[in-house]
Amino acid sequence: MTAAVVGRKRRPARVVLQVFLMVMAFGWLFPVLWAVYNSLRDYDFTSTHGYFSFGGFTLKNYVNAWAQGNFGQTFYNSAIITIPSVVLTLLLASSAAFVLARFSFRFNLVMLVLFTAANLLPQQALLVPLFRMFLNVELPYSVSDSGSLYDTYVAVIAVNVAFQTGFCTFVLSNYMRTIPKELQEAAFVDGAGVFRQFWQVVLPLCRPALAALATLQITWVYNDFFWAVAFMRSGDKFPVTSSLQNLKGQFFTDYNLLSAGSVIVAIPTLVIFFVLQRHLRAGLTLGATKG
Amino acid sequence: MDKLIVVLMVAIPAIIVIALVWVPAVSTVVLSFTDWNGIGNLGDIKFIGLENYDNVVNNYPPFPPAIQHNLIWLVVFFLGPTLLGIFFAALLDKEIRGSRIYQSIFFLPVVLSLALIGFIWQLIYSRDQGLLNELFGTHVDWYGDPSINLWAVLVAAGWRHTGYIMLLYLAGLKAVDPALREAASVDGAGEVRTFFQVIWPVMRPVNIVILVITVIESLRAFDIVWVINKGRNGLELISTLVTQNVIGEASRVGFGSALATIMIAISTVFIVIYMIQVVRERR
Repeated sequence: MTAAVVGRKRRPARVVLQVFLMVMAFGWLFPVLWAVYNSLRDYDFTSTHGYFSFGGFTLKNYVNAWAQGNFGQTFYNSAIITIPSVVLTLLLASSAAFVLARFSFRFNLVMLVLFTAANLLPQQALLVPLFRMFLNVELPYSVSDSGSLYDTYVAVIAVNVAFQTGFCTFVLSNYMRTIPKELQEAAFVDGAGVFRQFWQVVLPLCRPALAALATLQITWVYNDFFWAVAFMRSGDKFPVTSSLQNLKGQFFTDYNLLSAGSVIVAIPTLVIFFVLQRHLRAGLTLGATKG
Repeated sequence: MDKLIVVLMVAIPAIIVIALVWVPAVSTVVLSFTDWNGIGNLGDIKFIGLENYDNVVNNYPPFPPAIQHNLIWLVVFFLGPTLLGIFFAALLDKEIRGSRIYQSIFFLPVVLSLALIGFIWQLIYSRDQGLLNELFGTHVDWYGDPSINLWAVLVAAGWRHTGYIMLLYLAGLKAVDPALREAASVDGAGEVRTFFQVIWPVMRPVNIVILVITVIESLRAFDIVWVINKGRNGLELISTLVTQNVIGEASRVGFGSALATIMIAISTVFIVIYMIQVVRERR
């Protein structure tokens, strides 16, 4: 009797809640759906019928956007920056985290702060000296067209690694502290050196955290635009985001073409979103909460 | 041998982080007191005290609007996306049909870069072909008109921030001991009262994370305005002023550093708050 009353009382509230969430969810998806919808339509069709219309479907925009945006080159650039950055970041972070989690130094806490706080600084805070530094590191012209570290992939990779290592160290050392010490001690008794304990015992146990961080870092580094703006000059070295700028005309922009370009840029992260969402969410929340 | 390996395992990453993050950050602060223009030896640098700061505050017209825009960004982010994200999290934490799907939908913009978001919303905001103008039969230049473009950008950027906050808050709520809720409901507390009097206080660590993230994100905002108009004409932010002064031909190192130091000073306050929390949790 009472349960039925409560149930009836609650039902209108539930309906209101569902309606509210549906409206918000539709609103949330709308900008993406709008971009996808118009990317599939012919420019001449939408310019005569307006964007509130149906029809004129074509894949031409994707073909044109790919060519005009020089996406082949920019995807290559993004990959060449993202893959080494993520691999190096995880290697460095996991080795630092292993030491910080397993051994007590007097400076443990200082080191942890040093790593963790690094990721919270605004990127512009590092811009001035890094920009000058890269310009002043002289390299032979056979290695770098600019004769310096400026305008090289290495500069962008190095900064990405330094900037992200802190966050990953923090997350991984929290994670490693939850691994029972006995496992490692058993390996020690078996005569395994420190490095083997790290590589063969601890690291395999960190696979969930590493998967989460790898997914997150790929997204972040792929999405990063600032370091490329700061340290790149040659148009043929910029990451994918710059392709969109190529599609934007000075006086006239074909929005259907730009939509197609936007969808192309979004595809790798959307694939991650649909396939690896669990890891991505784990990566984001591992740093913010314990567990 | 093992000792050496242990030291190297922590020293190599530490040196990289120190060399490419901490040394530059400290150098920025030092350079902000000099007149260096990027040309010549480091030995020629003259210290000029607070002159750069004086120039930033008194002789640099884009500075007051930039500070104002960053503050608006922060306040709007708190009152809008951050609160909405917490609200979404509170709603979706309950057993609602489709909760997972709603979570995914609100989370979607988080995987997109802010630069890309700038482009995606252009299709909605454009003066000639944008959705809003077609819908209302108007000719508003949402990204170009300096009296409104900041707000247009904030809607687009907030679209992403909301999902991020929702996710963090949901993770925090999942960790709340269910016994607390039960106790509250046995005591006859309603859902709203339970949230504010029982859940909110135990969520303190997550609240601090959200505070820090919202402040830092508001300060760091850059990509979206840079792709729109490089941070001019109503979209000035401290981050874009630093960038304009440093990269490119006329590079004003000391002056740009003074602007960057202002960013460092603000972020340091919140980094310290965050660090205190981290250290406390460790104990």
